[in-house]
This record gives sequence, structure tokens and C-alpha cells, in this order.
Amino acid sequence: MHLIKTFLITIGISLTLIGCSGQKIGDGPSTASSGSSIRLQGSGASFPKPIYEKWVNEYGKANANIKIDYQSTGSGAGQKALLAKTADFGASDDPMSDEDLKSAGAEVLHIPTVLGAVVLTYNLEAVKEPLKLSAQNVSDIYLGNIKKWNDERLKKDNPNAALPDADILPVYRADSSGTSAVFTDFLSKSVPEWKDKVGMNKQPSWITGVGVGAKGNDGVMGQVKQTPNSVGYVELTFAKANNLPTALVKNKAGEFVEASLDTVSAAAAASVASMPDDLRTQITNADGKNAYPISSYTYILVYKDQPDPTKGKAVADFLWWAIHDGEKFVKELHYAPLPSEVVKKVEGKINSMTSGGKALRQS
Amino acid sequence: MENTAANSNRRRRLVNSIMTSLTAICAVFVTGVLLLIIGYIAVRGVSSLSFQFLIDTPKPVGEGGGIGNAIVGSAIMTLLAAVIGLPVGIAAGVYLAEYGKNWFGNTVRFISDTLIGIPSIIIGIFIYTLVVVPMGRQSALAGGLALAVIMIPIVARTTEEMIKLVPNSMREGALALGAPQWRVSMNIVLPAAASGIATGAMLAIARITGETAPLLFTALNSRFYNFYLDQPMSSLTVQIFNYATGPFEVEHAMAWAATLILVATILLINILVRTLTRKRF
Amino acid sequence: MAQTGAFGDKIFRIVLLIAASSILLIVAAIFFMMVQNSLPTLERFGIGFLFGGEWKPAQEEFGALPFIYGTVVSSLIALALSVPISVGIAIFLVEQAPRYIARPIAFMVELLAAIPSVVYGLWGIFVLAPFIREYLGPFLQNYLGFVPLFQGRVTGIGMLTGGTILALMVTPIITAVVRDVLEAVPTTQREAALALGATRWETTQIVLGNAASGIAGAVVLGLGRAIGETMAVTMVIGNSPQISASLFEPANTIASLLAANFAEATDKVYLSALIEIGLVLFLVTFVVNAFAKLLIMKVAGGTNSAKHV
Repeated sequence: MHLIKTFLITIGISLTLIGCSGQKIGDGPSTASSGSSIRLQGSGASFPKPIYEKWVNEYGKANANIKIDYQSTGSGAGQKALLAKTADFGASDDPMSDEDLKSAGAEVLHIPTVLGAVVLTYNLEAVKEPLKLSAQNVSDIYLGNIKKWNDERLKKDNPNAALPDADILPVYRADSSGTSAVFTDFLSKSVPEWKDKVGMNKQPSWITGVGVGAKGNDGVMGQVKQTPNSVGYVELTFAKANNLPTALVKNKAGEFVEASLDTVSAAAAASVASMPDDLRTQITNADGKNAYPISSYTYILVYKDQPDPTKGKAVADFLWWAIHDGEKFVKELHYAPLPSEVVKKVEGKINSMTSGGKALRQS
Repeated sequence: MENTAANSNRRRRLVNSIMTSLTAICAVFVTGVLLLIIGYIAVRGVSSLSFQFLIDTPKPVGEGGGIGNAIVGSAIMTLLAAVIGLPVGIAAGVYLAEYGKNWFGNTVRFISDTLIGIPSIIIGIFIYTLVVVPMGRQSALAGGLALAVIMIPIVARTTEEMIKLVPNSMREGALALGAPQWRVSMNIVLPAAASGIATGAMLAIARITGETAPLLFTALNSRFYNFYLDQPMSSLTVQIFNYATGPFEVEHAMAWAATLILVATILLINILVRTLTRKRF
Repeated sequence: MAQTGAFGDKIFRIVLLIAASSILLIVAAIFFMMVQNSLPTLERFGIGFLFGGEWKPAQEEFGALPFIYGTVVSSLIALALSVPISVGIAIFLVEQAPRYIARPIAFMVELLAAIPSVVYGLWGIFVLAPFIREYLGPFLQNYLGFVPLFQGRVTGIGMLTGGTILALMVTPIITAVVRDVLEAVPTTQREAALALGATRWETTQIVLGNAASGIAGAVVLGLGRAIGETMAVTMVIGNSPQISASLFEPANTIASLLAANFAEATDKVYLSALIEIGLVLFLVTFVVNAFAKLLIMKVAGGTNSAKHV
């Protein structure tokens, strides 16, 4: 008899739990946020993961009632989370396409947060000084035209490097990635063969049999670190944090440039004036002797009109904090802060955020 | 003639001893691999285990952090799955044992066994479509439901087996005294099979504690201690996956330590349950 | 009393019936959900989906063949490595070892099945992959390098590593079923053979012959498990959809594709393609498991496979 009772009680409990928790994000202030703390869920790009984790951690220390969770799932997944409304904000290095923006059904804002560099990092023990790579050679490696590290084409740019007689293992992103979009955008602009065969895409059609795929910037970096003679493309901070070398990449002006705060900022400076109103832009292959050619903005994606005023305000405040106070954490993680002209434009965007038509921030 | 017979006899003995030792080598090899894996986990895990690690939440790389919220998350979702999965699974098992000797019972039995074999990633996708999309976010509830779906057929089939072991004479005695079927099932058969059912339930719980794939799209992950079922929740397994596939050595160390906790828990349940009941599942 | 008894019985039976039906409902719902969500590509590509060799989401070109190939080959490697060893262990446990040795060994082999998939993956990344890269791969290339299977780059990440991990994971399952099947063969057969002067091994051969279909069932059950395994494989196989003769080359499996890409598919056609390939996996494991069950039932006379989870 008491077995039946336990049975009914457990069912009862589970139903209550389900009932209590079945609230939608859009149903006004939820149980979670009506109390003392507000929870925000963000997901997307892995390119800015280190800085975003730092930010939400620091912001949480200063604002104990706001808990922001950022899960790095890849830019593609970040855009999907925004469209499927499974997150309060998405993140992507690759601006959303016109088509995706249309399917969102409501206006989506692109908020640039920091600038970063996609670097080519490699696992070659014998090579001491940084490799020099041209777009042509990078393209040939990822197309499978250059198979060995001691290929003449690589030797030509690196006469003194101890390039081994070993097969190159290129590592690419298996998931839909803004980092891939930036990387392939650079190659498509510079190498016609790349443009024909692969093109620019978040999820490009990699040449079969050339490399291995990994998930996220973390995954690519992990694979390169684990595998001798491999090469991969990741955000600069991942290579720095793992003490792996980064190649000097030949820019539009013909210079081999190291990825750094200065060279990324130089790349951004070249196009600040021509930045479109919706802030969606690519800055690869920028003009300027000192510009690092595979640089990029990374974006947080939010709906202009937020469904929940409390949460919406929290998102807007966090974004405001990130581009101002958050900037002091940017450099130590090897990202570059936004140019001041862009900060102004972003301020305008953040101030334009509303909920139910009412402005979220007093400007 | 005699010579060849002796020869073939010697050859037969030789083949016999070779094959006999080969099978023993197989056994030694596989147990060796098991010990190697467990030993490796223990050595790598212990070196980065600390009390702080067990109660902290994840922090940015290089600032420490721990798996406290992941332990709590795994426990909550496993418990949720058990709360949903055990009653349904046990009831289904009782049905199969008591009323299942017909085409319907056979169908349920057959479908259960195939459901057990369906990849757990598919169940994750199923719950994503069914729960996550309508609800508008990933949640512990979705994760728990996915685990429950995995658990139900396992519990149902072990429950049925255990009930079948209850001698028919017990049932018949009670029925002869005029007790209705449901009282016989609840008061006589189930208590008699209770320890076996509990064993099966514990093993099913141990199994879902180690699941990763169904949680990827349903519970996602979280940096915080979370006690709300409608919020994304961290779990040990997803955390291990993230740490393991990343590049950072500090995170690899944390992956091993978290693995030690996870494997120790699961193996402990298995060893305890199996030695206590001395039955094989 | 009889009145309430009959009424109670009815309620009781209905409650149990609902629980039992829920299992059918779940499977039906999974099937329905997957068919419905994969309609766009089912209609657009038809059966050609299965035989297309290119998977290019950007160009809306979806061919499942590389993933099917990766799934099948990695599972076959697993079986090739695992079946002889599993059958060996089962023979050792049932036919040869005294109980006090058989018990702890059987127990330890079963513990192998309790270790979570993600832990095998972790171990694969940091122990097995380096081992294959540094020792096993070069060794195989030295001695068998003329075989296409062992040509190409040895990176430690690829089909062979995935298959080896899978082999470890299916060994306890196959061992347990083969053990049951061997135990179900009547002792009289062994006694008769021994009485006729057969050696231990010859006796075992006779027993194996009689248990053949059950052993086949065990192998198929192991296959079903290997096909659907996700985490451990995705961590070591290299996630590269290609069809290569070399076992050292990276590959990808259906389950691993879903784990890596399902979360990001915004495009309807892409999502539909992913779910359709998931549907293929669902149907294949369903059929494989059903087949295994039939084979095992023939020998073990109805002992179920639920205890081998």
C-alpha cells in the first residue's frame, strides 16, 4: 500500500516541479529574476571566450545580484540560440547574414565588444623563430597543395627555419565558427583558388582528406598542442595562454606582421570611417603597413526590443560596462579594445535598446 | 602408424594448452587494461584534487575554480531522472511480469530492449525538440527528462526479471486466500523482489550519472550553483568533456580530478551493489 | 471485499498499462519527431542522401556516405579487435577457470562497462592517441606499410584510435552475452565429449559450435553499441568526413557529427539533414538490436538482454 503512496507522491512532486519551472523567458519577470538575483544566459563564439569569461566573472563580483552565464558553443550556435530564443544574448565573430536577420522577425543589434586576431599556430619543436606565412602558402596548406613542412614554397619565406621532413596536419573547425569565417574571408580575398574551391563561410567545405576537425577555438588549440607537426587557426589569446608560437602573416602591403594589440588596432583603424550603421563589418586584409591581415571584431547579438524589461536592462548595463570598465581586462588577454569612434557608435546602439517600446537606459 | 597416432596426440595436447593459455591471456589483458585506466585516473586525478576544487565554481582560465556546481548539477539531474524514471520503469516492469504474457507484453518487451540500444545522443535531440524549443531555454528539467528516458526501459526490464524470480507459490497462496491481484503484487510480490529491483535501480542510476551526450543540447552547462530546474545546469560529464577537449593544462588537470570523482562514484555504486547482492546483471 | 478487489485490480492494471505504454509512446514519438523534422531533405534528396559523398552545409549539399562509412568502419575495427578477445574471456570464464578466479575476473570485465563514455574519450586523447602516434603507428607502418590500411600520416587521431576505444567499450557487453550463451549449453555435451577422449579445447569447440547463433547475437549486440557510441569517438576520431583507406586518417561518425553540429543548425535544410542522418542512425540501431535479440533468444531461450546494459 505505501508503495502506491510513494509512487503517487513522487509523481506529484515531479509534476509540481515541472509546473513551477515551465515558465517561458518572455513571460515577464520569472521566478528566478523576481527575487534578489537576475540570471542572464549568453552563448556563442569561442573566439572571445577568455575575455567574456573574465568579464562575467568580474561583473559578477561588482554586481552580486546579476549572474551571467556564458557558454562558448561556437558562433553558429550563438546565432541559433538568438534565433531560437534559447539565450538572452548570442555571440558571434561573423556578423549575421541578411537572410538570418530577416528570419529573426525582430530587429537584432550587433554590438562589437573587442577586436581580436586569428593566428596560425603550429606544433614544430625544432622551429625556433616565428614562421612567415603568406596567404598563398596558408591556402596551399589547407587545400592540400603543400603537404610537407620542408616544401620549397615554405622554405622560400623561411630560409633559416629548421623545417622538418614531416607531413603537415592542418586542424580546422568542425563546428560552425566565426573564426572560420574570418579565416576564410581573408583567404578568399587574397587567393583566387581558395575563393573558387572553398570560399568564405562559417562552415566552409574543407577539402576532403586534408586535415582534422575540432570543436571550438579550445578544440583546435587542444588538437594542435597534442599533435606534433600540426597547424591550426585560433584567436591569439589561445596561442599565448598555451605558449605556442604564432606565424607572421603577410598583409596586403606585403609585410610579414605579427599579431598583436597594435597590428590588430591598425587593421581596425583603416576602416573605422567606413563602418556601416549596423556595425556589421569584416576587417580582414586591411590596408596599412602595420595591419595584421586576419583581424576581426567580435559581436554580442541582442534583440533591440527586449522581451523582459528587467533582464533587458541587465543586458544593456552589462554591455555598457563591458565596452567601458571592461576594457581594462582586454589587453592582458591579448585582445584589442574598440577604437574610440566605434565605442561612440556602440553607445548609441546600447542606448537604443528598449523593452515594450520603453528605453532601457537613460542616456 | 603408432608413431603418427602419438604425434597427433601430442599435437592435440599442444593445441589444447596453447588455446587454453590464449583465453587466459585475453582475460588477463582486459583486466590489465581496466586496472591501467583506473590507475591512470587515480594518479592524475589525486594530484589536482583539493577541498576547494570540490566546492568552487568554474573561473576564467588561470584563476583556479572547481566543480562544486557540476557535482550538485549531476546529482540534481540524476535525482530528477530517478524520480521520473523509477516509478514509470518499475510500474512498466510489474506490468510485463504480471500481465505481459500476450502480444502487447511482447511488443513492449521488444521495444524496451531496442530503446535501450538507441544512441543517447538521439534521445538528447528528441528532448531538445520536445522540451527545450517550446520552453525557450536549456534547462535541468530537459536534462533530467533525457536521462529518465534512458533509464525507464532499463529499470522496466530488470524489474520484470526480478519479479519473475519470485516463486509462484507465494503468489498462489495469497490469491487462494482471496486477496485481489493488486494487493498480491504490491504487498507480496514487490517486497519479495525489492532488493533485486533496488539493485537494478542503483545500476541504472550509476549508468545515467555517466551520460554526456544527452545533456549537451538539453542541460547545456552553467558557471553557477543552480537549484532552479528551469535553468541550464552544469554536470560533471559535460564539464569533463569541455576541459578535456580544450588546450589548457590546468583544465586538463581539472578534467582528470573531476573524472576521478565521477568514476569513483560510479564504480563504488557498482561494487557495493554487486557485492552486496551477489547477483549478476 | 471482492468488489473493491476487482475495482482495485482494474485501477492497478490501468496504471501499470499506462507505464508500459509510455515506453511504446517514447519510441513512437522519437520516430515521429525525426521523420517530421527531416521531411525537407527526405523530399529533396530522397534515397540519394545515403549515397552522396559530399557534406557541404554551406552549399546545401548533403551526402551521408562519409559518416555512414566512418560509423561502419570504426565499428568493424572495434568488433575485429574485441570479438576474439571477448570470446576468449568468456571461454576462460565458463570452460576453464575455477570459480574463485572466474568470479573476480568476470566482475572486473563488467566494471569496464560501467566507465562512462566521456572518460574513455579523455583517456583516448591523453593516453591512447599519443601511444598510437609514438609507438603503434610507426611500428605498423614499418612492418605493414605496404598495406594501404597502414599508409598515410600517423597523427594519433583517427579511425584506428576511435575503433580501439570502441573495442574496449564493447568488450564487456560481448563477453557477458557470450558467457550467458555458453552457460546455457547443457553440461552433458561437455561430459560426453570429454568421455570420448576429447581434450578441453576440443570440447570447447563443440560447445562453441552449439552456441554459434548466440555468439553471433552477442557480436551484433556489440555492433549496435559501437554504432551509436558518441562521446568517446568524437573526442578521438578527428571529425573529418572523408572516406580513406588508411586507418590512421581522421574520419567522422554519425553520432559524432550530431554531437558537434546539432546545436548550431539554424538553416532549415541543414537542420533537416542532421535530423535525417540521425533518423538513419536510429533505424539502423533499432534493426541491429532487434536482430541481436532474435539471435540471442534462439540459444538462451528467452533470457533477456536487459541485464547487459
